[in-house]
Amino acid sequence: MLQGRRNREGSYPVLPCFAPLLPSGLRGGTAYSLDVPLSVAMALLAGASSEGQWCGAVGFPDFGAEAAAGFGIALDRLVLVPDPGEHWFPVVAALADVLPLLLAQGPGRVAPGEAAKLGSRLRERAGTLLVLGPWPQSEAVLRMRGTSWEGLGEGYGHLSRHRVDLELTQRGLARSAVVDLSAPDVVALRTGAARPAAGGWP
Amino acid sequence: MSGSGNGVTRALVVWFPDWPLVAAQLAGELPDRVPAAVMEKGRVAVCSAEARNAGVVRGLRLREAQSRCPALVVAPADAARDAREFEPTLLRFDEALPGVQVLRPGLCALRARGAARYYGSEEAAGGAALEAASRLGLEARAGIADSVFAAEQAARRADELSPLLVLAAGASPAFLAPLPVSVLGDPQLGSLLIRLGIRTLGDFAALPPSDVRSRFGAEGLEAHARAQGHDARAVTPRVPPPPLDRVADFEPGLDRVDQIAFAVRPTAEDFVEGLRLQGLACTELRVQITDDADQRSERCWGHPQHFGANDVVDRVRWQLQSGPTDPRAHVPRTTWRSTGDGLAAPVVQIRLTPERTDQLGRRGQALFGGVDERLDHGLRRLQSMLGHGSVLHPVASGGRLLAERCLLLPWGEAPPSGTAALSTQPWPGTVPEPLPATVFPEPLPVELVDDAGSTVRVGPRGDLVAPPTWFRPGPREDRRRVRSWAGPWPLRQRWWDADQSRHAERFQILDDDGEAWLLLGEEGAWRAEARYD
Repeated sequence: MLQGRRNREGSYPVLPCFAPLLPSGLRGGTAYSLDVPLSVAMALLAGASSEGQWCGAVGFPDFGAEAAAGFGIALDRLVLVPDPGEHWFPVVAALADVLPLLLAQGPGRVAPGEAAKLGSRLRERAGTLLVLGPWPQSEAVLRMRGTSWEGLGEGYGHLSRHRVDLELTQRGLARSAVVDLSAPDVVALRTGAARPAAGGWP
Repeated sequence: MSGSGNGVTRALVVWFPDWPLVAAQLAGELPDRVPAAVMEKGRVAVCSAEARNAGVVRGLRLREAQSRCPALVVAPADAARDAREFEPTLLRFDEALPGVQVLRPGLCALRARGAARYYGSEEAAGGAALEAASRLGLEARAGIADSVFAAEQAARRADELSPLLVLAAGASPAFLAPLPVSVLGDPQLGSLLIRLGIRTLGDFAALPPSDVRSRFGAEGLEAHARAQGHDARAVTPRVPPPPLDRVADFEPGLDRVDQIAFAVRPTAEDFVEGLRLQGLACTELRVQITDDADQRSERCWGHPQHFGANDVVDRVRWQLQSGPTDPRAHVPRTTWRSTGDGLAAPVVQIRLTPERTDQLGRRGQALFGGVDERLDHGLRRLQSMLGHGSVLHPVASGGRLLAERCLLLPWGEAPPSGTAALSTQPWPGTVPEPLPATVFPEPLPVELVDDAGSTVRVGPRGDLVAPPTWFRPGPREDRRRVRSWAGPWPLRQRWWDADQSRHAERFQILDDDGEAWLLLGEEGAWRAEARYD
């Protein structure tokens, strides 16, 4: 793990609002475990997609592609597999072969052996896998601590601003920031310095 | 170019009168034996004999034609339909008289010499042509003359009682002389000649060729030669194209998908090879499957590059697995998976037709503008593993409901035409940004109740009877208090269309758990259209 590349080489850019959490973008060849709403996951893909990368989403039968386009994901470089059925691992592996960025609904229970096999495939192709759910051997865990909507009143207005309080745990260090998803180009403020994480998913 | 000894090519021209009308009748767009007309640019281009008897003539406006003949049935002119319907006619015609050249749909020419030698005389050859046409159930006229132009004019001047007009060798100029200059088929030249006082072909033919060239140029000189009965056009017999479609027949019928896929493979290879020999690549394939109950399933399949034999077999398999689909449904459902390998009835025939082809060499990455080959190959492999409708790519479309605003197309299929135009149209009543990340393809039933415990109702004028207080996202969920809400936002569309009309109210609500929802109330029932998460 210590041999990993620390520079920006081999990583995919993220939107400016995620800069405090992922200063060098999403690392290629790794898997991230997410416990966040779908919109945060979409926004994570958007940075690389708008720079010309292909993306895939596996296991989202109700993926709002229009919202994805709103975050900056190019729809003509997006592939959806809404229902991988019981073939979760073969499908994700086959997609990881050809798509650099992959967002997948977690398969539930993950056997460590399968995860290791997929991990080596990702390293070979320098692809990044974002799993909504727990994942063994993940590069980092992104978790939502709170969410808030603004703009909607008692019978007036409409939802206009969505802020999420995110915490990224990477190699025992936790970074947190409040990200405004309705203004993805604004660099979010980090709340507190990096501190040792207090346990969580393996 | 002149074939025979005395320097002229005798030409036989067969003319099918009112071809656009006949083509529309053959295509089933117009009924037979009723007053019917084909309209071009708002005016009658061709009309049937029944319509003619009722007083309809060429060039009338639709309203006027309908006032003269209220029972008039009309179809728009379609050059592609004319050509398409002419092709089978020509194939059958070719059997009686080979070497036909199509001048335009409804008019064809051939060299009279060979046919005259075979049938004994030119009259017999012309009679054979007319007989071939009448066997097809079509009315035709034929003319034989020294040039294609003269023969065409002769055919047009033959009447119903004597549909064949043969001009003896050398008689063409005398036949053409009294005809008006408008038959030359060049309106600009025709009107100019009339203004110069030259009204008939005979007058035009009498001008010295050098003067015609200096005044009217090369095209004028060509028309001059036509008027004199020397047509520069030679008859070039068409080479009938080899059939590109392939049929696999199974006797007895097969009822297992894997058996059929195995049995159809040689046919698929033959199909691709036949196209390759023509230098073509198939980019759109039509698969027609007939079972022994005479049920037919037909579907068009696109391909981002071009079909290989494996791709063809895959398409056949997917079509078999998908079962009978509604041909009107534009987009296959996402859940488009096979339930088992057994079929309802044994399949007896599979027909593969290339719907659209392209030159082999020119076939680049046209559809997606540079999808790299490895990516496409990987996705197609996944598609053959999971089924055609399982690997999708989204395309922005238009609509008022969120689920309509994005089409999910199977990988490799082009969006239906007009999708891009729909997406750029203004859609009043769309949901304001930011858009919800989770859009349910089928809205989920939910409960939205007011303080008194009754379902929230919206009055006929869009007024709210009581504000929403409680929300239950599903039948098994706990009810949650509505923290804030906005609405009702009216959604009205197509009140004149029974299938697509909608009269609904939208609500945006934020519940106590911090989840935001977009709800749709229609006919007293509430459903969740999307969730903001």
